[in-house]
Amino acid sequence: MTRPLHIGFIPLIDAAALIIAVDKGFAAAEGLDVTLVREVSWSNVRDKLNIGLFDAAHLLAPVAIASSLGLGHIKVPIVAPFNLGLNGNAITVSPALDAAIMAEIDGDRFDPMATALALSRVVTARRRSGAEPLTLGMTFPFSTHNYQLRFWLAAGGVDPDEDIRLVVLPPPYMVDSLAGGQIDGFCVGAPWNSIAVDRGVGQILHFVSDILVRAAEKVLAIRQSWAEKNPQHVAALVRAASRAAEFIEQPQNRTEVARIMARPEYVGVDADVILRTLEGRLKISADGTIRGSSRYLLVGREDAPRPDRVQAAWLYAQMVRWGQASISPESLMTAKAVFRPDLYDAALGRDGTRIHESHAVGAFAGPAFDADDIAGHLAAFRIGRKS
Amino acid sequence: MGAEASPRIVIVDESPIRAAILQEGLREAGFTDVVHISEMQSLLSRIYAVDPDVIVIDLENPSRDVLEQMFQVSRAVRRPTAMFVDQSDAASIQASVDAGVSAYIVDGLKKERLKPILDLCISRFNAFSRLQDELDRAKSALEDRKVIDRAKGILMKLKGLTEEEAYVLLRSTAMREKKKIGEIAQSILTASELLK
Repeated sequence: MTRPLHIGFIPLIDAAALIIAVDKGFAAAEGLDVTLVREVSWSNVRDKLNIGLFDAAHLLAPVAIASSLGLGHIKVPIVAPFNLGLNGNAITVSPALDAAIMAEIDGDRFDPMATALALSRVVTARRRSGAEPLTLGMTFPFSTHNYQLRFWLAAGGVDPDEDIRLVVLPPPYMVDSLAGGQIDGFCVGAPWNSIAVDRGVGQILHFVSDILVRAAEKVLAIRQSWAEKNPQHVAALVRAASRAAEFIEQPQNRTEVARIMARPEYVGVDADVILRTLEGRLKISADGTIRGSSRYLLVGREDAPRPDRVQAAWLYAQMVRWGQASISPESLMTAKAVFRPDLYDAALGRDGTRIHESHAVGAFAGPAFDADDIAGHLAAFRIGRKS
Repeated sequence: MGAEASPRIVIVDESPIRAAILQEGLREAGFTDVVHISEMQSLLSRIYAVDPDVIVIDLENPSRDVLEQMFQVSRAVRRPTAMFVDQSDAASIQASVDAGVSAYIVDGLKKERLKPILDLCISRFNAFSRLQDELDRAKSALEDRKVIDRAKGILMKLKGLTEEEAYVLLRSTAMREKKKIGEIAQSILTASELLK
């Protein structure tokens, strides 16, 4: 194994398992020579993976599925043998929108149904008064952020395509846009929510783990054709990422992990913000209020790294719900087959049984998700674009 | 739009120099309807206002992801497709990624008409990179010059040498240690800082 592998990533905390695998030598210990390539857009990561400039990548789980289905772009089958992170996003709103929601809320501020219903009242009042619709930012059309935000909005009766404006913004521009008033809120991954709070321009309204208990966020994505030709490399990558994920979750290693991740060639933000993210202990408002959650970002614990096909099916169901994909049993099968727990188990010598039982999606609203009946499941939701 | 009309091209680029080089190249090749957008704020509404046939964007621009939204918005009358949709021309995709440029065609423009535009963008992007490299090299040569001059000054003072003798000493040391003169000069500056 001497050929160097090129792996693309976006500077976000959930690239940790890849960055630590390389920086702490877990990849080298597996005989891999990995060069990490920092990228500026998901479009670049996807295209460079698709045309073979990257051997693997830190990628939005829904992009891996969209690419395998050929949605919008060339169809390139991708496999995901390792989850780099579950959850990890948050919804942040401007202080003005936060105040408007809190003026309308009937219930606990951490209850997503209470905030969604309050937001719906804010939206209605704005429409009546002739004000501009609210604008919310998210990172990519095929992103868990997009689906989490839409799920929450729609649960309260807000149609994300009709009642508000939903816009794609690169994460580094989110905070400035919130400060400048071009957007009223956003759903984005770490560290950007914390940066908005630290700058006093945003209030964290929800961790996405309030909306879904477990959501596949970023995956280690590999072209299927390459994976089939290089099974040892794939297994070695999975083992290296797995050891890194375990390392990251050890409390005594977190300061070191945060220090490594903070370096300019990786994420390039303050180590303290990274540490807070890893510990799930986030400052949620400018007055210093801290909210802790053991589910904020899962990297190596609760069996998070093992790809779960139920989650792939949930992501596909959102693509159908919002008109990005048509519904068919073949597409559902393709989407599920992107997630490869078999490759994960083989690499780590596991027998295929789930260690952690709470593998469900666990959404806060609607019926429990049924991966075998997407149409029936989606019929329970009033708002959607499905044809 | 008539078959002979020049397609409307939008260049999304925060580098004014590169955009100018590209714009000039396109004009020379007969593409006269070119609009440059350098402001990333409200990028989509700016693009919709121009209503282009082709969008060209550099790959270092995070706002590439913003363009991806154009594939989704059903309210937009004309929808773009990415250059990467067409798998038949792998070489040109590779060349454009290497050059650092990507292009999107908006519905209605024939694929063949993109090819000359893309080729031109690739060659102009490459020309710009070469220019940038030369500029960087010139800058670092200038830096070296300053460092060498200061090192000579230190040697002249400490060892009572003439400027020429100081330079000969630097050069012979560099040759013996198989290093650049600039590197030797830099280590003299560092050492003299430490010994102050």
